[in-house]
Amino acid sequence: MGYTLNFNLIWRHFDKLWGGLLLSLELAVISIAIGIVIGLLLAVWYVSAGRAVRTVIAGYVEFIRNVPLILLVYLVFYGLPTVVDIAYSAQTSFIATLSLYSGAYLVEVFRSGLEAVPRGQLDAGKAIGLTPWQRLLHVRLPTMLRITLPALSNTFISLFKDTSVASVISVPELTYGAQWINFNTFRIVEVYLVVTAMYLLTGYALLFALRLVERRFKAAR
Amino acid sequence: MSKASHANPALLDISEVSKAFGSVEVLRSVSLKVTRGEVVTVIGPSGSGKTTLLRCVNFLESYDNGSIRIDGKEVGYREAGTRQRRSERDLAAMRAETGMVFQSFNLFPHLTAAGNIMLGLRKVRGKSNAEARTIAEHWLGRVGLAHKADSLPAELSGGQQQRVGIARAVAMEPKILLLDEITSALDPELVGEVLEVVRSLAEDGMTMLMVTHEMAFARDASSRIVFMADGGVSAVGPPAEILAADFDNERLRSFLARFRASHF
Repeated sequence: MGYTLNFNLIWRHFDKLWGGLLLSLELAVISIAIGIVIGLLLAVWYVSAGRAVRTVIAGYVEFIRNVPLILLVYLVFYGLPTVVDIAYSAQTSFIATLSLYSGAYLVEVFRSGLEAVPRGQLDAGKAIGLTPWQRLLHVRLPTMLRITLPALSNTFISLFKDTSVASVISVPELTYGAQWINFNTFRIVEVYLVVTAMYLLTGYALLFALRLVERRFKAAR
Repeated sequence: MSKASHANPALLDISEVSKAFGSVEVLRSVSLKVTRGEVVTVIGPSGSGKTTLLRCVNFLESYDNGSIRIDGKEVGYREAGTRQRRSERDLAAMRAETGMVFQSFNLFPHLTAAGNIMLGLRKVRGKSNAEARTIAEHWLGRVGLAHKADSLPAELSGGQQQRVGIARAVAMEPKILLLDEITSALDPELVGEVLEVVRSLAEDGMTMLMVTHEMAFARDASSRIVFMADGGVSAVGPPAEILAADFDNERLRSFLARFRASHF
């Protein structure tokens, strides 16, 4: 083996990786925030609506879950603007895609969470005279959020890793930064070692922080 | 009976109520009147429709035929005879006038003891946070849990949770309190503290309709006992009469005999 590891070039361009990591986190946070809104609205709508609405929502969920993310990214970034007269940056396009993507997964998470709220609690809410809307807001959602928090954390961490797909449309996130350094320095082993470590460490840090949040809420179950 | 009820109209008037789950008839033309201040206990074998009857009174269950009136107002449906459901808003307002305590407590797990009581006071009765807190503390004191106001349900024993459940129901000042086997899920040593609270509410004149398997308590605390079997009212009368060994009702006698065999 004549290959010697040399990290000097990686450190010289480390700002590309650091900036990329921050952008990855930003993409994940914005997308899950929008995804939570989509997921909550559709889940609440799903459990209270008739067959037609349920079929449409289930169709959206099934479509997203059975198409590879990279394909969705291409479809939204290259496909949509050629059909419809809209223009957006690669970053906006990716956020839209990842939001729709996480939204589809979260509809399922929230829907099963809503159905897992014990019926007795809903009865108690009815018995004290809460209206359906008040029961949803003050009884069903708080319990549902506690039930779904672990699944929500897991979704967020997968989403953080999924941001690497944005590199295919040149959004300068962490994986794109790694590719840039690779093309310009040819230190392929070093750069991917460093980037792997960055994904791992950030992923674990997020997991740790989210587990702390979960534990704080667990006492209330 | 009908003449007496003109002089003192029933607070709760259940009249020929029937209900079926699919092909299973759970209530068969049940009629029962409860006047203000009365404590009426429903006993009977499991599957006799006791709990379903209670749940029809605050329309947690709908019923197929007959009518239920509280203070002269038709429960659940727009008027007697029609099967037109009231609006959800109407139903909610109506349920606020009946308190219910559940076998499995059903406290809101994310709210403290005080928070459980305050929710209805704030959202349904429109009280301010401070007013609701004062009322919650008053009722927690009444059930002997003033020191647990800020505890979450998970931090309370079953007996304490159930006392919070009672406080949550009575704090709304309901016209009638429905108690659905409220001690059945409790360890035997915790039953007494809960029944003590119910007894003191009865002494205050709270109108109550309860389902229970605590025969001694039913005998001591009720004005009347209703025996249900197969979805119908099989016997009604004062406790001394109903629980007497020679009451003229074969089903009731065999129910009580089996009950005594397993509980004493």
